[in-house]
Amino acid sequence: MKKNSKAAPGTFLKVVKRIRSHWLLLVVSILCAAANVFLTLYIPVVNGRAIDHIIGKGQVDLAAVLDTLKVVCVCAGLAAAAQWVMNICNNRMTFEIVRDLRNDAMRKIEILPLSYLDSHPHGDIVSRVIADVDQFADGLLMGFTQLFSGILTILGTLGVMFSVNWQIALLVVFITPLSLFVASFIARHTFDMFKLQSETRGEQTAFMEEMIGNSEVVRAFSYEKKSLEQFDEINERVKKYSLRATFYSSLTNPGTRFVNNLVYAAVALAGALSALRGRLSVGQLTAFLSYANQYTKPFNEISGVITEFQNALACAGRIFELIEADPQIPEPENAVELDEVSGSVDVDHVRFSYVPEQKLIENFTINVKPGQRVAIVGPTGCGKTTIINLLMRFYDVDDGAIRVMGHDIRDVTRKSLRANYGMVLQETWLKNGTIRENLCMGKPDASEEEMIAAAKAAHAHSFIRRLPQGYDTVITESGGGLSQGQKQLLCIARVMLCLPPMLILDEATSSIDTRTEILIQNAFVRMMKGRTSFIVAHRLSTIRNADIILVMRDGHIVEQGNHEQLLAKNGFYAEIYNAQFTE
Amino acid sequence: MKTLLSYLKRYRKEAILGPLFKLLEASFELLIPLVVANIIDVGIAGADEGIIIRDALLMAALGLIGMLFSITAQYFSAKAAVGLAATLRHELFDHIQSLSYSKAQTVGTSTLLTRITSDINQVQTGLNLALRLLLRSPFIVFGAMIMAFTVNVRAALIFVVTIPILAAVIFGLMKITTPLYKKVQGKLDGLLNMTRQNLTGVRVIRAFNNEDKELSDFESGNEELTRMQQHVGRISALMNPLTYAIVNLATAALIYYGALRVDVGELRQGQVVALVNYMSQILVELIKFANLIVTISKAMASADRIQDVLLMKAGMDIQPESERTGNACLEFDHVSLTYPNAGDESLSDISFSVGHGETLGIIGGTGSGKSSVVNLIPRFFDTTGGIVRVDGVDVQSYAPESLRKKIGIVPQKAVLFKGTIRSNLLMADPDADEAAMCEALRIAQAEEFVRGKKGELDAEVAQEGRNFSGGQRQRLTIARALTRKPEILILDDSASALDYMTDAKLRHAIREADPNMTVVIVSQRTASVRFADQILVLDDGHAVGLGKHDELMESCPVYREIYDSQFKKENDGKEAGSEEEQ
Repeated sequence: MKKNSKAAPGTFLKVVKRIRSHWLLLVVSILCAAANVFLTLYIPVVNGRAIDHIIGKGQVDLAAVLDTLKVVCVCAGLAAAAQWVMNICNNRMTFEIVRDLRNDAMRKIEILPLSYLDSHPHGDIVSRVIADVDQFADGLLMGFTQLFSGILTILGTLGVMFSVNWQIALLVVFITPLSLFVASFIARHTFDMFKLQSETRGEQTAFMEEMIGNSEVVRAFSYEKKSLEQFDEINERVKKYSLRATFYSSLTNPGTRFVNNLVYAAVALAGALSALRGRLSVGQLTAFLSYANQYTKPFNEISGVITEFQNALACAGRIFELIEADPQIPEPENAVELDEVSGSVDVDHVRFSYVPEQKLIENFTINVKPGQRVAIVGPTGCGKTTIINLLMRFYDVDDGAIRVMGHDIRDVTRKSLRANYGMVLQETWLKNGTIRENLCMGKPDASEEEMIAAAKAAHAHSFIRRLPQGYDTVITESGGGLSQGQKQLLCIARVMLCLPPMLILDEATSSIDTRTEILIQNAFVRMMKGRTSFIVAHRLSTIRNADIILVMRDGHIVEQGNHEQLLAKNGFYAEIYNAQFTE
Repeated sequence: MKTLLSYLKRYRKEAILGPLFKLLEASFELLIPLVVANIIDVGIAGADEGIIIRDALLMAALGLIGMLFSITAQYFSAKAAVGLAATLRHELFDHIQSLSYSKAQTVGTSTLLTRITSDINQVQTGLNLALRLLLRSPFIVFGAMIMAFTVNVRAALIFVVTIPILAAVIFGLMKITTPLYKKVQGKLDGLLNMTRQNLTGVRVIRAFNNEDKELSDFESGNEELTRMQQHVGRISALMNPLTYAIVNLATAALIYYGALRVDVGELRQGQVVALVNYMSQILVELIKFANLIVTISKAMASADRIQDVLLMKAGMDIQPESERTGNACLEFDHVSLTYPNAGDESLSDISFSVGHGETLGIIGGTGSGKSSVVNLIPRFFDTTGGIVRVDGVDVQSYAPESLRKKIGIVPQKAVLFKGTIRSNLLMADPDADEAAMCEALRIAQAEEFVRGKKGELDAEVAQEGRNFSGGQRQRLTIARALTRKPEILILDDSASALDYMTDAKLRHAIREADPNMTVVIVSQRTASVRFADQILVLDDGHAVGLGKHDELMESCPVYREIYDSQFKKENDGKEAGSEEEQ
């Protein structure tokens, strides 16, 4: 086993470690397997004894036959019970291990740095958590069910055979490793194929997620054929690897069975020749043959388990890769809990870029006093969203520091930092669940009145009320039946409910019609009163009310000041401002 | 199942040859006991070493032939199973793409994804095993029974009773577990959904410190799945022990009955042994069969779920060629639209007509139906009343592809696909040359930042364009639509992430690019539509205004209100001044 998993010895050990925590179930399972094997091996012996009482016409000891048969019935019942208990133990072990794996994976997802999540295809991560774990469960269950009873059967039959005739038993022992050799030879070669199959399937899932998830674009450009072509290209590869993996792995069975047949023939030959010389009775030969059969069968099963296990290990490897990915930088021991935040934010000579070779934010410095409004404006792609990533500490700065209330945000708990920001992002995201659940995300213990008040403040109440189940309407994937604007209103209501001391508004109103927008802006003005706010906005009316306007271009702050100052400067800001009216 | 099996036809040869070779192999297996009997009865009884050696060699030879047959069978089975899976994936993906937009929306991406991934994998595993073992096991079971009849007809009756009982147990358990496995898969779907959600919504989840809540939701879903799995597991775990017990009871019955018969001289001891051997042969096969059944019932549940998707009606009906009506490039003729499962009309009685080279602006509040109007043009949805005409022809009479070829749409959600900038632009027109692409980028105000990227046109685009900012993505999607040089360009609020300056430059460039291109601009900003030839003002699905900016300012209160909210209210001298300059 260990040798076969050479490609992933680490993975194998990790799997063992996870099994170890269920040792009690494992012990019960093994004991049941032992009882089961013992009884199944014992029953033919008892049956044989019964047959010995049936010698010929008039030579039948019916009472003795009945007695032995009673023993058979009891043994069969016990064996069945033992097997059932073993199955239940294995079930429990497998599904609990798998459950823990999934939970660990999810736990890791929650603390992975955003740089990881932004750079890995979501479909691939999903496929690890769902499909790979599932495949692993299949392999593990099969392993538990067949491995122990298989090994015990081998040991049991070996014992019996040695007790009957040690020479022939030795012969059997010498030939059978052949079957293990064949199995491990095949398994080694299939492992790579299973890995390839897994990887290609991941690639395919990522592709499908992109195409199916954005079907409106695919349709608009009549791209279906082309995307089907691309799909087919990946599909062909999946097919190729899958065929190889499946076929190679299914060679194990015929291969080992052939070795077993050789063993059987050899036993028949040696046994019959010994019988000729009177060293073995015909009855013993028959028993020997049936045991030789029982002895070799588990090798088949075990080799089957090995192939399945190869596949499972390949999957487990991908899961562990995720589980062991580097989490975000842990908080320092003495991390400060931010409370009583009045909202002073200092950005001090910050340098940041997503990829080292592409400089983005450089030497960025501002001091924001409590209650001030900071509008970030500039051409698209100038790094405005990046600032949000940094303020919320979705990404860490490369150099310099951001301080809230004088604390470097790296010395503050992420929880308390984020709890002090209310954020409305450019891309509306709602979770699957009811409107209520979505609104109360930031304040799970909010009362009905508070929630409705927030919804009213965001002008969401009236349309929510008109939905079939009102606040209990379930929102499906990515918002489902709601319009972009309605989703945005919900996102705003979500923030309205918890009203933290600092706000981040990222083009929050871009999809809301201007009539509603006016109402919302009024609400925002109320909300922003006394709160430090960062607004990435294009609406000049929003910008005009700001205390500080940061004009950005290519990641730099090119101008800084209020509306009047900047207009008077007649620089880049003035250019942008005037563009609204040039046609 | 029927539909799925029809896809197997393509692999008919493999699907027949696989089991056939397996049966041949099984026949050889049934021969082995006869050879052993010969060794005992002839070889040992007659003290003939030659026969013993010859028979042993024969057994080895039978084993070798068996292996070759078996390998052949494995190959064909694997080929059929993998082939079917690949075909199914292809068909399913194709079908999903051909589903009407509204249908695909209702089903949901994640459900479709599990269908096409893990469900198909299950079917592949199931079919592979079925081809190898499904026929083989019954063959051996019934073969053994027939052999029993040749030994003793009355004793064989015990087989006749036992086999149906075994069948009842196996199929009964299968009947109970199949729907349960379906439920398990449904739970797994739920987990998949949650996982995806945690990835797409990671920023919001973290911003609201909801990680723990999400995790505990996931854990409880996971726990439920685990419970469900264990529940099904416990039931299907009955299979082996039950069959084992039944077979052993039958064996005991055989021995007892045999004892009675031997006592009166009707049977010999060796024959009883033979009968018992046949019974145990049945047991060995049944154990394999039971394992097989578990896999197959899972596969069947998956097959059903795949089938559900395949049976969804694909596409839209195409009406027979209709009369060409009028010369307008785009015309809405008393159009209304009610979405499936929605109570109220989303659009009521909308009429307008746009000539070639004209610009139509559509403005209105959230939920007023702007996007609905736009979605009707490339026929993402069908009208529930009235007719939409493009080039004077009912859109329902076009082949979808030829209709959509005329249209360049820039959807609200700016999405790019994994590949390069070039590959994304080529989506719109596979024959576009470098110059056409650069021109499109230039018009879309994307030239500058694309030039700044490493590799320029060949700069890498991550899945969904995640490595670009919202504004960059929007401009690239505009460039994509322009690359195909459409007759009608639709901008569905697609400049929302652009600042006013870029937005204005963009509109300028589009206007200048192709005087014959009809442009539909949907926007929240009056600034974006005010210079359009016509502006359609929507309010709650009704057209409340249609005309030029100045006319609407006069006649349409809703339009004036929108305009005022953007400009007048906070007008200071400076702005008023710049407006007068116009």
